[in-house]
Parts: sequence; C-alpha cells; structure tokens
Amino acid sequence: MTALIKKIAIAATVASLPALAATTALAEGERYILVSHAPDSDSWWNTIKNGIALAGEQMDVEVEYRNPPTGDLADMARIIEQAAASGPNGIITTLSDYDVLSGPIRAAVDSGVDVIIMNSGTPEQAREVGALMYVGQPEYDAGHAAGLRAAGEGVQSFLCVNHYISSPSSTERCQGFADGLGVELGNQMIDSGQDPAEIKNRVLAYLNTNPETDAILTLGPTSADPTLLALEENGLAGEIYFGTFDLGDNIVEGIKDGIINWGIDQQPFLQAYLPVVVMTNYHRYGVLPGNNINSGPGFITADGLTLVEEYAGEYR
Amino acid sequence: MSEANTALSDERIKNTSRLRTALIRPELGGICGTIIVFALFLIFAGDSGMFNSQGVMNWSIVSAQFMIIAVGACMLMIAGEFDLSVGSMIGFAGMMIAIFTVTLEWPVWQAILVTFALCIAIGALSGYIVVRTGLPSFIVTLAFLFILRGFTIYLPQLIERRTIIGGIDDAAEGDWLAGLFGGKIFGGLFQWLGDNGIIATFERGTRAGDPVVDGIPMLIVWAIGLVIVGHFILVRTRFGNWIFAAGGDAQAARYTGVPVNRVKILMFMFTAFCATVFATCQVMEFGSAGADRGLLKEFEAIIAVVIGGALLTGGYGSVIGAALGALIFGVVQQGLFFAGVESSLFRVFLGLILLFAVILNTYIRRLITGER
Repeated sequence: MTALIKKIAIAATVASLPALAATTALAEGERYILVSHAPDSDSWWNTIKNGIALAGEQMDVEVEYRNPPTGDLADMARIIEQAAASGPNGIITTLSDYDVLSGPIRAAVDSGVDVIIMNSGTPEQAREVGALMYVGQPEYDAGHAAGLRAAGEGVQSFLCVNHYISSPSSTERCQGFADGLGVELGNQMIDSGQDPAEIKNRVLAYLNTNPETDAILTLGPTSADPTLLALEENGLAGEIYFGTFDLGDNIVEGIKDGIINWGIDQQPFLQAYLPVVVMTNYHRYGVLPGNNINSGPGFITADGLTLVEEYAGEYR
Repeated sequence: MSEANTALSDERIKNTSRLRTALIRPELGGICGTIIVFALFLIFAGDSGMFNSQGVMNWSIVSAQFMIIAVGACMLMIAGEFDLSVGSMIGFAGMMIAIFTVTLEWPVWQAILVTFALCIAIGALSGYIVVRTGLPSFIVTLAFLFILRGFTIYLPQLIERRTIIGGIDDAAEGDWLAGLFGGKIFGGLFQWLGDNGIIATFERGTRAGDPVVDGIPMLIVWAIGLVIVGHFILVRTRFGNWIFAAGGDAQAARYTGVPVNRVKILMFMFTAFCATVFATCQVMEFGSAGADRGLLKEFEAIIAVVIGGALLTGGYGSVIGAALGALIFGVVQQGLFFAGVESSLFRVFLGLILLFAVILNTYIRRLITGER
C-alpha cells in the first residue's frame, strides 16, 4: 500500500519535472512581475503580454505576467503579496481599486521592491502608495475629451456599453463622456456582462426601447465587437455615431468601413513596455524619468490606419 | 487458546487491526495529498520565497479562505445537498455590510449582525424551498447564485452609482466586532521574531523595522475555529449522526426518527453563515466591498471538499478532510505562482493536480475500505 503511494508520488514528480524546470531556469538578469486586474476572458490584455515579453527580450530581463482568473480584486491583492514574497526586482501593477490594493502595494514597496503603477489608477494614488511613477491614460480625462469631440459633432444622447462595470475606471470613462457632452449619465450606461451574445442582445434591446439614442460608446473590444454585430443586425451601422475605447481587429475594420467614427488608443503596449525599460535602467544605471508618463489618449480615425491595422491586437 | 478465542468472538464481527482502524477514515487521502504537495513544492519552489514568512502567510491566508467556505460546503454535502450560491452570497454579504455602514451610517457591529441575520435567513429560505419542493438543491441554489449576484450589482449602482463601496475601514476603526473579523493576533510575538532577525523586516518607508508579517489574521483563526467546531459536531454529537443519516439515505433516516428536513435547512443556514464569515473578514481587511467579489468561490469550496474525500452523493466525508483539501488547493494555487509556471498554463497545472489528488484519494479509499 505504501509502496503504491510512493510509486504514484515518484511518477508525479517525474512527470511534472520538465515543465517546471523549463519555466524556473530563465535568464540571469533582473526579474519583473506585471500584475493586472483583468480576468482571463479579456483579450485586450494580450497586447500587454506581448509588450512585456518584447521589453524582457530587448532588455535581457526576466518578465512574468499574473492576473486573477475571474477578475476578483481581492484575489489580485493576494497575487501582489505573493509577487512581493517571491523577491523580484520590481512589480508593475494596475491600481484599479485603491482600497483593496494600496495595502499590499505599499507593503511591497516597504519591503524593498520597486513598483510602477500602469493602466488603472491616478498619478496621485501612485504617489501615495510609494510607486516610482504612473504610466497610463487618465480615464476620466480621456472620456471627457471624447465627449467634447462628440458634442462638437452634434451628439446629445448616448449609450455606454460597460462590460466591466465592477471596475471603477469603467464608470469614470462613461461619466467623463457624459460630462463632456454636458448631459446626465443616468440610465445611459448598461451593464453588458462579458458574454458576446448577451452583450449583442442587450445593445439591441436598449436601442429598440430607446430609438432616439444618438451615439454609442463602447469600452473596449469585448463590448465593441458584439455591438458591431448588433448594429449590422438592426441596420444602424454607419447611421449611429459610434466611438470606442481601445483597439482590436474588428474595431480597426469598423473604423475603416466608416461604422466606427473613432477609437481612443491608450497605447497599452507602452504601458507594459515602458515600465520594464524604465525600471531596468533605474536598477542598472540609477536613471529615472522625472515625471509620470501619459500613454494616451490618442484618437484613431480612418486616416492613417496602416500601422494600426498591421499590429492591431498584437502591439496596438 | 484458540478455542477460548472463538468462544469470545462473535463471527458476525470482522477482526481488524488497530492500524487498519486508524487508517480507514475519509481524510486519509487528504493527508497523503498534503504530504505529496508539500514535498513537490519544497523541491520545485523551495528557494523562491514560498517558504519565507511572507510566502507562508500568503498561501496560509488563501488556504484559510477556502477552508472557511469548505467547512460549510462539506457538512452540507454530507447532508446530501449542494449550495452553488456561496460565491454570490460572499459578494452579497460584503455589499450589505458596505451599504449599511457607508450609506446608512450604522455602527459597524450592527451592520455585521444584521448582515449575518439576513444571509442566514436567505440560507434558510433556499433550504426550505429545497425540502418543500423536493427540487434538486443544485437548481434552487443556482437560482440564488443569479439572484444574489444581481442584487450585489444593482443595489450599489442604485444607491451610490458605483460598484465598489469603500471607506468601511474608517468606520470600523475601534469597533468591537470589526476587530473579531479584520484584526490580527500575536502581534507581539511577530515583532519579537522580527527584532531577532528570525523573519524579515521592512527595509524602508513608514513601517521600516516592522516585521513583514505582523500577526495571524483573524481569517485564519476563524478557519481553524470552524474546522474544530465542525469536526466536533460531525463526529462527536447526535446531530452529527443525523447529518450523515440525512445524506446517506434520507428515507431510512426519517423512519428512524431523524428530523431530516430540519437537519438540511440548518446545514444550508450554516453554509450561508460560513460565506458571511468569509465576506466579513474580506470586507474588514480591504475596507471595501465590490460587486465581483467571490466569483466562482462555490466551485472552489466544492473542489476542496471533494479533494478532502467527501462523496458528491452525500453521506460520506469529513471536515478535517475538507480542511486538508482546502490546504492542498491553496498551496497548489499559490505555489504554482512561486514555482514560476507560465501564467497561461497555470490552469492546466491546477486542473491536472486537482484531478490527480481526487483520483489518488478515491483509489486509497477503495484500497483500504474495500468498498465502492
């Protein structure tokens, strides 16, 4: 009986050995861990993964990507604690909820790990937790700028398709857009969920019951792709004013076809790439840029789409 | 000599050795699994920080979280029912505490007590529906999974126009009941360990010189407490026998006078209680409640229970086993990060190890008990 258990244990050890060994014995250089708040289902973060992988390759450092599988921010706090315990040179993390994440991040900083905040959060919050800098796009400002742009083109009401409503930054985008337009957000934001079929049907249902809607704002490929399908189905494609945050294959296609008026590019590649470069140079030569880095917003329209098209979903 | 023996023994009673009796228990598979998992990670992640003070605290907290919900899920499963609403209940309970303290400005102790009452009442309601209608608990609690999650998103949107409500930690400061969920104990001991260089201390910042681990969180105390209480009730009391009987064969149990319906409803209430303990600890630690808290936790609880040797069909299992299952799950989940497993392959490994643990467990049980 004990012999059997032993046999099973040895078999398991041998079976898992090559896979584990392959991932632990990497480059000799510095080690950086990027922690995001995105659930596995959010495809947009692929650009981030490619960004740190490229930076790791170019700078000859070891990089890792970690995220809570379901997007549960309490789980993310544990991942940050875990990352700090494994003793890396630096942690690059999003700060999507200050209450939950500030404690673990500050503990990491205090235990000697340098931190750069990327993507979510604000420059002020980054300074408060003791991070080196903030690299990202101020969400409210980006939404506001988009709102002003849409207001200039005659938009008076809109639908915000929010696919990650549990993150405060998503609401800030919609709120900023509403304030830019000069209207109340009210019930114009819907919780669409993450499932493409559900998103499509909710958008169709909203547009059916609110036919006077002037514009649609989606918050990323997850909500934009099904919305494109919805508009094709109800014949509003190209008719209704359509703006979106972030880019992806279908969004770029939509901009080219004239269905989407613009996409706000926060250039996630830079958010992942630059912190690795900045920290490596800081740890090797002690040089550090003197300010936060705004990676966006940049408006992408039908003009000048060639590079965007080529790298959409990969580096753009 | 041999004649005397046959005279004394009853041929209906099978002779088993003491060792064999000690081994025939549902948690044996869990014990073996725990040893194997720790051995594996000592080999592959021994120098990665997994076994320094911060690392140990990290996987202990995650395991303790699983343990709290696994105890409730285990006893309910032994009683023959499922609760799929555990994850949603965690989100809902946390949000209720947040709304009571931040929006209604109640004192924190009152918010916690009312939330416990409310959640246990919801547990009782789902239990009542199950025993009254005879529907599978799988379906009834699946409905509550959606109902509770829906309210958890709708209520804060309606009241605060946000899906995360913060500021609970300010309100909880100095509250007598909040400390029972969010506090830490043995701070002095850890300070001493830090001062003597046994565990690491912070190198910089306002907490420089403090130990990196400054106490045992109440979350872990609750986990151990619930395991002890659950184990005691299950194996040392008449009520524990009723739980086994209700899950083994409900009709036979009714004939022998076991109040099966009452037992099942009480177990649903206990599961809700455990979920609320989880939520309260989380809210008190992080100071905020979010609409996405607790997603998929019901499956994690069930996985831990099954690794721990309980049968999905009810009537067989152990709280200690479930606790070990939670430990295995927590150590594997966090340990894979420490071992540096590629993050996109993480779930493949998690799935394989869990599958392996359950197969090993089942095999050992069959080998020893010679049954099923």
